[in-house]
Amino acid sequence: MKYLTEFRDGAIAQKLAAEIRQMTTRHWAIMEVCGGQTHSIMRNGIDQLLPSEIELIHGPGCPVCVTPLEMIDKALAIAALPNVIFCSFGDMLRVPGSDRDLFRVKSEGGDVRVVYSPLDAVQLAVQHPTKQVVFFGIGFETTAPANAMAVHLAKKQGLTNFSMLVSHVLVPPAIDAIMRSPTNRVQAFLAAGHVNSVMGFWQYPPLASQHRVPIVITGFEPLDVLEGIRRCVRQLEAGEHEVENAYERVVTFDGNRAAQALLEEVFAESDRAWRGIGVIPRSGWKLSDAYADYDAENRFDVSDIHTHESPECRSGEVLQGAIKPTDCPAFGKQCTPRTPFGATMVSSEGACAAYFNYGRVVQLERVRVRVHA
Amino acid sequence: MCLAVPGKIVEISDDGMVRMAKLDFGGIQKQVCLAYLPDAVVGDYAIVHVGFAISRIDEASAQETLRHFRELGLLEEELGEIPDDEYAPPPPCPVTYQ
Repeated sequence: MKYLTEFRDGAIAQKLAAEIRQMTTRHWAIMEVCGGQTHSIMRNGIDQLLPSEIELIHGPGCPVCVTPLEMIDKALAIAALPNVIFCSFGDMLRVPGSDRDLFRVKSEGGDVRVVYSPLDAVQLAVQHPTKQVVFFGIGFETTAPANAMAVHLAKKQGLTNFSMLVSHVLVPPAIDAIMRSPTNRVQAFLAAGHVNSVMGFWQYPPLASQHRVPIVITGFEPLDVLEGIRRCVRQLEAGEHEVENAYERVVTFDGNRAAQALLEEVFAESDRAWRGIGVIPRSGWKLSDAYADYDAENRFDVSDIHTHESPECRSGEVLQGAIKPTDCPAFGKQCTPRTPFGATMVSSEGACAAYFNYGRVVQLERVRVRVHA
Repeated sequence: MCLAVPGKIVEISDDGMVRMAKLDFGGIQKQVCLAYLPDAVVGDYAIVHVGFAISRIDEASAQETLRHFRELGLLEEELGEIPDDEYAPPPPCPVTYQ
């Protein structure tokens, strides 16, 4: 597919769906790793275009959703401190910690600010030399280069009042962990195009061959997702397990080497806890020794904060593809985007919120309508 | 969180610390860090995520993606043009699939 001009063309979507139907001879389970793709699938009704044999499993690729509760509680503790300006991307503000969220901290007088770029937080540190500015550095490999540059520039400018609370997670170890799980049902992966725009896909061939699993890199537009699924099904039906790039207009094999070089300097691999899943070895980044002074966990004493997940939220099973959001008894009843139990309902990229917002709800809530006379 | 918006480079500056550029996203202009696309020049299109250009993209694809984002009402949100207190979940979809 060369030009996007054909992209929202329903006829092409139907043609791709027909091709998928034609070649599908049995049940296949395909995981889209990325929450952005989950969102696109639900919003555009892609799941309803596919034959019933194709099951889409929604993966853990929503950084807001997989950031552990303990890390949220640390963020809340730091944000509530006097003299701290706590900066975050907007979608973290509503994620519930043990007893509140960042919005609550803000309404109780904490200086919590939404920034568009981590460089805005560095700028705030320059403008407020008597305050400690902390940036909540979460995300996958797409967001990491921005966060790495922020820390790098803070060090370069000799800023002593900037630090970062880091909870970065990585896609390849997650794919590896999913494939090693004894309850795994995933037979092919759609990889997250923008992660690969940074990292390329040189890390992926060993994963595909070791686990004998097709991995197709694709984008976020409806036809990108459909084309990715078509290529997965073709490989599955042919018994192949290759890495394919269906997002050539953005992704190259090498990725962005300049970004990878700084990532290597600023970050070091570490074990990471994934919310609802548990610890996956070497699945994330922390600040490297050279940048340890900029680690908010070292700067503020939050080491005694240990939190356990709420037993009523089944987001962990959702994140692993073990259950669908609608299988959870709380879904759409006690747990809605306005009253979320867990992160998969808070973030618009979370599978539960995507199901709720795009009408995969069996029963509508009763909505009170105010009639203007 | 991992969406990225294509924009056109209209002006490049260097503050001595890092290479920056002004990009145009279908009418909305923003300062973007260009450190990871050292060879980019004015007129190029790039995909931007949280204030950083991460890869090049051709003009036709860029325009189409921008149009798509605007249709979906996602452009302002992705570019951080929404005030803090407006972050709220979208209303539930009125359509049900029985």
